[in-house]
Amino acid sequence: MKQIYLDYASTTPVEEGVVKKMTDFMSFDGNFGNPASRSHSFGWKADEAVEEARNNLATLIGCDPREIIWTSGATESDNLAIKGAARFYKNKGNHLVTSKIEHKAVLDPFRQLEEEGFEVTYLEPNSSGEISVEQVAEAVTEKTILVSLMHMNNELGTITDIDSIGELTRSKGIIFHVDAAQSIGKISINMSSNKIDLLSISAHKFYGPKGVGALFVRRQPRVRLEPLFHGGGHERGFRSGTLATHQIVGLGEAARIAHQQMDDDLRKLENLRRIFWEEVKDIEEIYVNGDSKNKFPGILNISFNFVEGESLIMALKSIAVSSGSACTSASLEPSYVLRALGRKDELAHSSIRFSFGRYTTEQDVKETALLVKSSVERLREISPLWEMYQDGVDLDKIEWA
Amino acid sequence: MAYSQKVVDKFEETLNNPEKASVGRWKPGDEDFHRVGTGIVGAPACGDVMKLQIKCQNIDGENRIVDARFKTYGCGSAIASSGQLIDMLKGKTLEEAQAISNQEIVDILELPSIKIHCSVLAEEAIHRAIDDFKSLRNND
Repeated sequence: MKQIYLDYASTTPVEEGVVKKMTDFMSFDGNFGNPASRSHSFGWKADEAVEEARNNLATLIGCDPREIIWTSGATESDNLAIKGAARFYKNKGNHLVTSKIEHKAVLDPFRQLEEEGFEVTYLEPNSSGEISVEQVAEAVTEKTILVSLMHMNNELGTITDIDSIGELTRSKGIIFHVDAAQSIGKISINMSSNKIDLLSISAHKFYGPKGVGALFVRRQPRVRLEPLFHGGGHERGFRSGTLATHQIVGLGEAARIAHQQMDDDLRKLENLRRIFWEEVKDIEEIYVNGDSKNKFPGILNISFNFVEGESLIMALKSIAVSSGSACTSASLEPSYVLRALGRKDELAHSSIRFSFGRYTTEQDVKETALLVKSSVERLREISPLWEMYQDGVDLDKIEWA
Repeated sequence: MAYSQKVVDKFEETLNNPEKASVGRWKPGDEDFHRVGTGIVGAPACGDVMKLQIKCQNIDGENRIVDARFKTYGCGSAIASSGQLIDMLKGKTLEEAQAISNQEIVDILELPSIKIHCSVLAEEAIHRAIDDFKSLRNND
């Protein structure tokens, strides 16, 4: 059966040109040297390729190449930024600010820091999934040393006003970290004009390979971190470990392509979103999660009331999507992001995230929309909740066993 | 979720031909409704609600389940577990139906351990439906 991939927020395929370039950096006939080898041409050539990749990424985000540290991915970047900054500046204060809708790669480091004696404020989003600069202003105190917020939410596609928040944190001398794993290469960001101090980047979300990412660390004003890995002192001491040349080259090439294609990609995604929404919007009892004005068109998260998300995914078996339903998670808990929006648990169970990307066609989204319509209808036919709703029963007033 | 082929088949069977899979309901006013016991278990907030109805008939002095219908809101394995339960019920006496254990459903559908609660829900549903049917008798 032909599968339609609509889970680009989870990961993206690697561009063919990127794959080709990566394979040039592995075998004996290729450029396999260690970029840290200073004594021969193998090392010099590898180093040259790594620096070219650094320049490409720097161009994409508008920073000085020396502000980029290579890592194994956004999880490591988040850990390095959050734990590294909190531990380095712990004598300045012990208060940290983040939000309830961050990725686990941000929330878990904060939990760890709580164990170490830090106090953390977790901001609650409004019902559209937005965190405002006013909330941040209210939360910070004299003791705040770090604020960490995501640029684009992975489940909802909502976009945080990082420029305004950066102005605030800079004026108060607080370090500002942004997890930009979902946004880099998809929407523009300009590090030379914003006041973000640390920025996490992941290659596999923008058509680069898995297992590689980067952390932007601002030089002016200078941000310091306690490293997680100690060793050969690579990456200016921030991250020891031999550089994965082929991975880094892959990230760099993906960044170069993203820089060229971003506007076209965005226009295309807006069109796909519009077509898809036109087809599904008339389904009764559906709710868009993260219904914000400031939103990425490539992610659409919808709750189909009275239908459980995992069963809908099973019914849509030729379509690859993900759900906030507990049944698709190992923990059996529904999405904490949807709960943080104040969504009832049943709507969290009923949610599906559709995420479109560079290879999605109009035909793909039309086919998907039709299949969604018929599957929701069929699942509602076997749903006792739909039956009660149709009978006019108020489900909130029932005492469930 | 790596389900067994049996869960997938049962789920699709139910979805593709709900009538044949005994999806449906008897409602007040239907002929024979007084011979129908209903059990509703689970909660929307937990992601699973199962509604099971059994129609019973006294045959040779014993109440037997002659027909059953269900509707389920829940994950694929909850829907498959309800369908499996229905297959196991028809023709059984209430006593035999009462003795059905969730483990039988787990074994037949090869449910992964994280989905065992779906089979427990099915077991609870038949217990509720039997209780409901018996309470109707008492009112006679």
